[in-house]
Formats: sequence, C-alpha cells, structure tokens
Amino acid sequence: MAIIGNSKYEERINHHIAKYETKRSAVMPLLYIAQEEYGWVNQDGINEVAQLLNLDPTQVKSIAGFYTMYSEKPKGVYWLQVCTDLPCALQGADDFHAWLKEELGVEEGGTSADGMFTVEHVMCLAACDKAPMLQCNFRYVEDLDQNKMRELLAKWRAEAAASMNGRSAE
Amino acid sequence: MHILLRGRDIDNIKQLAVYEKHDGFAGMKKALAMTPAEVIDVVKASGLRGRGGAGFPTGVKWSFIPQHEPVKFVTINADESETGTFKDREIMEENPYQLIEGSLICAYAIQAKAVYIYLRGEFWDIGDQLDECIEALREKGFVGKNIMGSGYDCEVYTHLGAGAYICGEESALLNSLEGYLGQPRVRPPFPAQKGGGLYKEATVVNNVETLANVPYIMSEGADAFKAIGTEQSAGNKIYCVSGHVKRSGNYELPMGTTFRELLYDHAGGPLYEDRPFKAMLPSGGSGPIVPLTDEVLDTPMSYEDCANIGTIIGSASIIVMDETVDMTWVASKVTKFFKHESCGKCTPCREGTYWLDKVIDRILDGRGSPDDVKRIADVAENMAGTTLCALGDFAANPIIHTIRHFPDDFAQHVQS
Ligand SMILES: Cc1cc2nc3c(=O)[nH]c(=O)nc-3n(C[C@H](O)[C@H](O)[C@H](O)COP(=O)(O)O)c2cc1C
Ligand code: SF4
Ligand code: FES
Repeated sequence: MAIIGNSKYEERINHHIAKYETKRSAVMPLLYIAQEEYGWVNQDGINEVAQLLNLDPTQVKSIAGFYTMYSEKPKGVYWLQVCTDLPCALQGADDFHAWLKEELGVEEGGTSADGMFTVEHVMCLAACDKAPMLQCNFRYVEDLDQNKMRELLAKWRAEAAASMNGRSAE
Repeated sequence: MHILLRGRDIDNIKQLAVYEKHDGFAGMKKALAMTPAEVIDVVKASGLRGRGGAGFPTGVKWSFIPQHEPVKFVTINADESETGTFKDREIMEENPYQLIEGSLICAYAIQAKAVYIYLRGEFWDIGDQLDECIEALREKGFVGKNIMGSGYDCEVYTHLGAGAYICGEESALLNSLEGYLGQPRVRPPFPAQKGGGLYKEATVVNNVETLANVPYIMSEGADAFKAIGTEQSAGNKIYCVSGHVKRSGNYELPMGTTFRELLYDHAGGPLYEDRPFKAMLPSGGSGPIVPLTDEVLDTPMSYEDCANIGTIIGSASIIVMDETVDMTWVASKVTKFFKHESCGKCTPCREGTYWLDKVIDRILDGRGSPDDVKRIADVAENMAGTTLCALGDFAANPIIHTIRHFPDDFAQHVQS
C-alpha cells in the first residue's frame, strides 16, 4: 500500500502536520508512520514523506539515517534490542546478550535463518533497575533471565505462526 | 514524603479526578490569579534548580525570556537518555498531570503560545498516555483557549524522538523538533533569546523533573520548598540508583541527604555481602567517577557538596560498582556510549571518541603499553572544552577520572 491516500493514516498525518509551526517539523512522526506501513523506512516511504511535507527525498533520508529507531533495512518479525549499557552490564547484560545471539544463531545485528528474530545491542533505555532487559518491536521486556527468555521466544514463535496461518486462511 | 513520585502514595493519581482531589491544579489556579512576573518571582524565590543535569536556577531561566516578544514557547526535555537515568519515566508514567500542570504554569509565566514535550522515541506509550491527559484537560478547559476562564490560551503537544542521546542537549533537541538533524546549534543566540529558540522564538527548555516541582511551589509557596534540602540545593530530588546495590530503583529524598543514607538505608547496601563498594558514577556516564570512600559516602547530595568531592550530582543517576569491577572496562563501556552518540559535528569529539575506544580496546586485550594509558589521558584532556556542546567534555570525563582514581586498574593490563 502507501501512506498517502491511505485512510488508516489520514487522520494521524493531518494531526501531526497541524501541530507544528512548520510542515518540516512533522518529518519524524511521518517517518514512524512510513515505518509502520512498510515495516522499515524504504524509498517509497521516504518519497511519500517528502511529498507530504514539500521536502527533498534526500533531506528526509538523511533525517531517517541520523536516528537509530528508523530501520533502513528490513528486520526480523521480532526486532530484539538488548540494552548492554553500563548499569545493565553490571547486572549481567553482556552475558545475556551473548547467550541470546547463540541461542538464535545470529551475529550482532543479524536475523535468524527463519526470518523471525533480529538481535542487536543498544544503549541505556531508562530501565536500568530492571536489568537484563530488551525492547521487542519497541515494547519493553524487563527483569529477564535465560528461562524467561526461552519462554518468550517460544511464545513469539507461536504468535507469529498463528498470524501466518490466519493470513493464509483468509 | 513524595512531592514528585506521588503515584507511590496515592492510587490512581494518573486519573484527572484523583489528581484534582489531591490538590491537582491548585498551583495553576494560584498562578493564574497572579501576574506572569509574580509567578517567576515565586519560582526564583523557591531556589528550584534544573534537574536535567546543569542545575541552572529555573526562575532565573524563565526571567531571561523577553516579555515583549509576541511568540514564545516552552519545550519539555523528556529525552531521558543519560546512562543510568530512569526518573522522568516514572513521573510521566505514574503522575503525568503534575508534569502538565507544571508546564502550563511555566507557559503562563512566560506567556508561551504552546508547550512541546520532547520524549525519547522509546517512550511512545508514555506519549500516548500524555496525549490522552491533554485531551481530558482540553475538555475541562484547562488546555487550549481561555484556560480556566483566565483569557490565557496555550496548546500542549507531544513529540517523539527516535533514538539519539544528543537530542537531550537542548539546542539539538530544538533542531530535531524542527525537523532538522538533531545536532547542537552554535550559541549565542541561546534558546531564551529571539533567534535561538524553537522556530527562532524565545523558548524555555526544562527537564521533566524540574517542571514537576512547580505545582508544589505554587500551591505551598516558595518558603515551603526552600525549607527542604540545603541552602543552595532546595527541594527533593529523585535519585536513580543502579548497579551493585540490593535494591536498585528511584528514591525521592531531600537534596543534601548523604550518599551513605541513600546507598545503605534505602538501596540496601552492596548487592553481595562479601563484595564492598568500590566506585560510583553519580551523574550517569557523563559526570566524574569517584571512589566510594567514607568521605564520599558521608557527602551530602547537593550541588555544592558534590563539587567539593570533585564530581557533580547532575541528573543523580547513581551507578554503583563493587570491588570486582575493573575501571578500565568501565572507561571502555562509557567511551563506547559517547562514540556511538557523538553527532559527528566537531572533529575532536567525533575523532577523539573513535580513537579513545580503539586504544582502550587494545589495552583491555592486553596489547597496550603504559604509553597508551598516558596517551588516552592526554587526548581526553585535549578534547575537554574544545567542542560545540558538552558531550565532548562528557566523553573526556570517564577517561580522565578513571585513570586519576584507579591507575592500578589500567596498569594491570599493560604490565606483562
Ligand atoms: C549531550 C547532552 C545530553 C543531555 N541530555 C539530557 C536529557 O536527556 N534530559 C534532560 O533533561 N537534559 C539533558 N541535557 C541537558 C539539557 O541540555 C538542558 O540543560 C536541560 O534540559 C535544561 O533543563 P533544566 O534546566 O530543567 O535542567 C543534556 C545535555 C547534553 C550536553
Ligand atoms: S561535541 Fe560531539 S556531540 Fe556535541 S556537537 Fe560536537 S560532535 Fe556533536
Ligand atoms: S543501562 Fe540498560 S536500561 Fe539503562
């Protein structure tokens, strides 16, 4: 699909454009909408955001590239960002991160062979008293250990499988 | 007593009716009955200082805004990205109306047209909650046109960042909000001046915790606030404790409480009984590290007393490390943070953090020499004070102070 002319986004796009003094200010919220639609910030999304805000696509692309929460390439179904910054690391986050990569058979920043999980480490997420922790598709999961994580991975796999089946049955 | 983390004392204070029942918007009502200049005087008299790190007197900051300018803004710094900081999150999650009330009082005091709350991108669900609060307030006539029948108009909006620590620096925050790269601006002009703020208009930038204090100051009076804390550090502060303590978490206590009381009585002392404390970063990764000696433990947590022990209280993101922690590894962790977060605009910061990281890795690998240790100390000394924003100084701190206080931790890696 697209974000322009998509009734799913129209109200939100208009709200964001209206709330600032300049159109340009809406570039960040609109990039989130593009990412929601395409799963990552692809060229189509960049072009549409540029068109909506009367900007040059290269300007929009440089904004997207500056921030880590806009993904410039497709990720797994679950994008796992493990905090390994100092306070979390003092509570075992480095070992947890290494274990998780091994468990899923991925390198730093890589995606598991089944396309399900991307794993990378990130800086402090303001949850340092609940380490080890990660965000999964931008949702915080806190106070983790290996057992809890194994259960979560199984749960997410099952949820992904269920939604695939649902889609093929449609 | 909690002034800020009232969500811990009062169930459902995040609901407007409950917040109102517990003196919510009493401060706002008082403020609207005064002139803007009188409101600024109350905040000045309270001694409130900025909780975002620099500790600048809040009322003085507001008084810099030129009254005659027709368009002014308030921007709330909810970027909360300093390593070890998780206090603004609890305020906004559990007591959101108090932040909005404080922001509106600030807005009235400088006669701002609108308030923008700049949240780190990961806080999108907090943003959704704040949006709901703003709508509830609009329905009551507390946001928008003719607030509480006063004739004063003000809008409140949220804005999400997208993962860049540097956007917590106030001028980078403004660039980011305007849709430009989130890089710091050359100053002057400062945000409070025409030409330097949001959309080039005079703008107050305040931290979440700073503004969440303001309703109390207005409703209880400047003297009540000033009675808490020390002479130069008034009020309560939220201390974020993490690392090797039994009970990590947020603790709201008067400024001037000692580190010992915080770390032993509240946070429960060392995580492992047989591993005593070794060091502490009192202001996240960006402030100077100090050894946890008795002298340091008995120091009151105030702006003035922390300066006496060679560090800062800053954002009070207190990271505690026990005797098993190698300070070379700490320097490496913190350096990797700043290398990742340098916006790349100035050469000493961009190249310096890159180079420091490489050499520290070499030292940690056992391939370094005693000269390498001297060299990183020199590079860090030369970086400090030469950059456009304070991140360059922050990045120099961990190197300079870990080497100064813990030379043996470095020496063990280079004497083979
Ligand atoms: C690199 C850098 C990062 C910063 N990050 C934050 C932050 O995440 N939150 C914050 O409130 N202030 C942060 N600050 C401080 C702000 O620039 C500014 O001083 C503060 O928002 C002013 O508000 P206050 O007076 O209420 O403290 C940062 C400063 C620098 C140099
Ligand atoms: S000191 Fe670093 S973060 Fe600050 S403006 Fe310069 S390059 Fe950017
Ligand atoms: S260090 Fe991991 S959340 Fe702060």
